[in-house]
Amino acid sequence: MPNRRRALLVLAALVGVALLSLFVALAAGSMTVAFADVLRAIGGYGDGLAIEVIRGLRLPRALAAFACGGLLALAGALMQVLLRNPLADPYVLGISGGAAVGALTAMLAGLTLAIINLFAFAGALVAMLVVFGLAHGDSSWTRSRLLLTGIIVASGCGAVVALIMSIAPEEGLRGMLFWLMGDLGHSVSPWPALAILALGLLAMQPFGRELNLLSRGDTLALALGVSVTRVKFGIYALASLLTAVAVTTAGSIGFIGLVVPHLVRLTMIRLGWGNDQRLLLPASALFGGSLLVLADTLARTVIAPQQLPVGVLTALLGVPVFLFLLGRQPNERK
Amino acid sequence: MNTPVLEARQLAVGIGGHQVCRALDWRVSAGESWAILGRNGVGKSTLLATLAGFRAQQRGFLAIAGLPLPHTGPGADLRAMARIRGFLSQHQFDPFASTVLETVLVGRHPHLGRWDWESDADRRIAEAALHELDMDGFAERDVQTLSGGERQRLAVAQLLTQEPQLFLLDEPLTHLDLSHQVAVMEMFARRASQGAATVAVLHDPGFAARYCGRALLLFGDGEWLAGPAAEVINAANLTRLYGHPLRELCADGHRWFVPR
Repeated sequence: MPNRRRALLVLAALVGVALLSLFVALAAGSMTVAFADVLRAIGGYGDGLAIEVIRGLRLPRALAAFACGGLLALAGALMQVLLRNPLADPYVLGISGGAAVGALTAMLAGLTLAIINLFAFAGALVAMLVVFGLAHGDSSWTRSRLLLTGIIVASGCGAVVALIMSIAPEEGLRGMLFWLMGDLGHSVSPWPALAILALGLLAMQPFGRELNLLSRGDTLALALGVSVTRVKFGIYALASLLTAVAVTTAGSIGFIGLVVPHLVRLTMIRLGWGNDQRLLLPASALFGGSLLVLADTLARTVIAPQQLPVGVLTALLGVPVFLFLLGRQPNERK
Repeated sequence: MNTPVLEARQLAVGIGGHQVCRALDWRVSAGESWAILGRNGVGKSTLLATLAGFRAQQRGFLAIAGLPLPHTGPGADLRAMARIRGFLSQHQFDPFASTVLETVLVGRHPHLGRWDWESDADRRIAEAALHELDMDGFAERDVQTLSGGERQRLAVAQLLTQEPQLFLLDEPLTHLDLSHQVAVMEMFARRASQGAATVAVLHDPGFAARYCGRALLLFGDGEWLAGPAAEVINAANLTRLYGHPLRELCADGHRWFVPR
């Protein structure tokens, strides 16, 4: 059983993992820097080139990766509670589709990076409002209706994305493809994403038990005094916002939002800590962030100087992990 | 103070053009056990959900411990209501793996503050509830591995940890074998003798007559009949209720009803 002390210990350990992953990201690259020099460079001492590379290039990118991984994992965990489905992910309700339409439209028009990000964010919000408006039409909150609306909106966005790509000039296609795969090369500043991640985690902490109840069904939650409609709306709005910020920062990186909460939940169950959102949400965010930092480090070093879109790596790693988890679930029942 | 735990005055409840009850005048006081009987689809669960405050009545006055329902709006304290009224649903959902102890502890939610974690005292309450439902040694089991009857007993144990004054039970005997049916009914009868009130949707009029002092019969056209079980549960009323002839048998001082 989880208790506050154990949860804090687990989270402290995961903060350690996160710091370690950031160190690796700062040290690795075309210019390898020793760990001790990494620390000095962060502080602004030592070799001028190392300071420039680490503080100017690697640190913002690693922090952006951490923020995106954390945002996606947290949003995924929230979506899984909202849809009461362990296979839900942050993109299932069409938010990444909307963001993709916005971003690619801006790319097609040849706009600057900041405007592309703005368009992506606007697209995500429009998709969120459309799905919410359509699914909420009869003021009920049925999961199947929400899910179906999201899937339809996502496939509509997919069609628009295909249309844009088929009329786009040849030289713009590579940028679009990288955006769609998910890539941290075009992130501007990590701080907004980090701030939203911290705010999201803080906002959800006092609602941990309510989320636990919601994941066990609306009637039970109602019977035990949860304001179900209000909490669900809050989860939906927050998860959408987190996802929108993540895709604005790095495009639609796959599988982190699906696999990380799943993996954390499975580990917690194995260790006998149960399935408690008060631990699951921050643990998923920290683990998801660390994972994306490592994946991005791999993406920019594995065939350097060529860079891979990090979304390709997370998918390549995520698919087998997910199939493995899926395959062994029935065996646990026996 | 003589506030009834549950009070309905001229209550009308309907669902999708179907009238569950019309002009229902009904009081449930502390220490009483009520059975709700009626055919499939007559609206027993709908009525129970209305009594729990999950859906609004069409007309009339409804109150739990003096708090009028529906209990909504900005001033409504849903957790305070949950400390008074417990609800056992017909269906339990376990989309995620979770331990039995964790699932039963969920019932403590209305007693804990926003930042509280479950304490050792809560844990003892949960373990006592598991013990009462014959589930010692189940604490670390995954709920997804339980049988139907075990899952139902777990839901009852969860309701006990909630410690409400009013138990609203939608088919509490679902999936239970005979010995556990008797044990659960006796357990709720004990709760009533200690001052709680219970309202249970049941399908066996024999169990209703044996364990519930009072009964509410729903005939399906908005008609109802409420009163002491000894008076309202009889072969003639049940024959009208179920639309099938029934016979009353007597054994060991208990009345049982069998279809002809």
